[in-house]
Amino acid sequence: MSTNANGSEGHAVGSTRLFLIVWVWLVAITGFEVFLGYERLEPQLMLALLVALSLVKAALIVSYFMHLRYEKLSLVLILVPPAIFCICMILIFFFPDSWRLMQMRLQG
Amino acid sequence: MWLFILSDTLTFSAMLLAYSYIRLANPGWPRPFEIYPAIAKSTTMTIILLFSSLTMVLGVAAAHRNDRKAAVRWLLFTALGGLAFVVLHTTEWINLFHEGYTPWSTPQGMPLFGATFFGITGLHMLHVTIGVIYLLVMAWGYGSEKFDADDVEVSGLYWHFVDLVWMFVFPMIYLMSIKL
Repeated sequence: MSTNANGSEGHAVGSTRLFLIVWVWLVAITGFEVFLGYERLEPQLMLALLVALSLVKAALIVSYFMHLRYEKLSLVLILVPPAIFCICMILIFFFPDSWRLMQMRLQG
Repeated sequence: MWLFILSDTLTFSAMLLAYSYIRLANPGWPRPFEIYPAIAKSTTMTIILLFSSLTMVLGVAAAHRNDRKAAVRWLLFTALGGLAFVVLHTTEWINLFHEGYTPWSTPQGMPLFGATFFGITGLHMLHVTIGVIYLLVMAWGYGSEKFDADDVEVSGLYWHFVDLVWMFVFPMIYLMSIKL
């Protein structure tokens, strides 16, 4: 076990230092999101920013904490494209109508 | 576990999209989340959950070093974080109940809000609760050498995923509680 303690082979993981750095980033992004809650931005801009920041956080968690980054490429290919594909398929039904509703709301 | 996580991702994304859509489609959607106490409290809950993810990652690392004692300690810390999250979330729910928000009604006469809000946060809370039980079983089993480091790692995957879901629930429901 001691041979793979430091990421040299298999699915051994990052160092404590790396985890702390990732964690500080996650907290910082959360703090920024909450700060955005205080700012009264345009709803569309706010939504876009929040979703983008959350996706960054998700990517950080998945790749470092769940160490997908250190796994085989085939596992990444099994997981990530289907997730994106399915979410896009759901969006195809929601998005046009939501967009129309949002425009109507902003005018009215 | 990865395939479970993939399917759960889709469940939660569908629910959050449905929530956002219903919200847009209904003028006068209730916005009970003031900066204080609701946002302050949910931010605290977010930090607690993030913190428990950090202890989980340290636990998995300790397990891979074969340091059973440290791993069990980190697992227990993680379970404690999850427990704190559930307790805080429950107090928030109780506040909402007192303000008249229940899964079937709201003061504004918008039962959809209750149904979607309590549905999504309830499903997430169920995940956290199951996670706490899972971690306690893991701490006990790994401590008594019934499970090995890989089992701890798999429980870590589950726990990080619960954290990840909250990273979407929190902004979409709490922070987007703004005037449209």
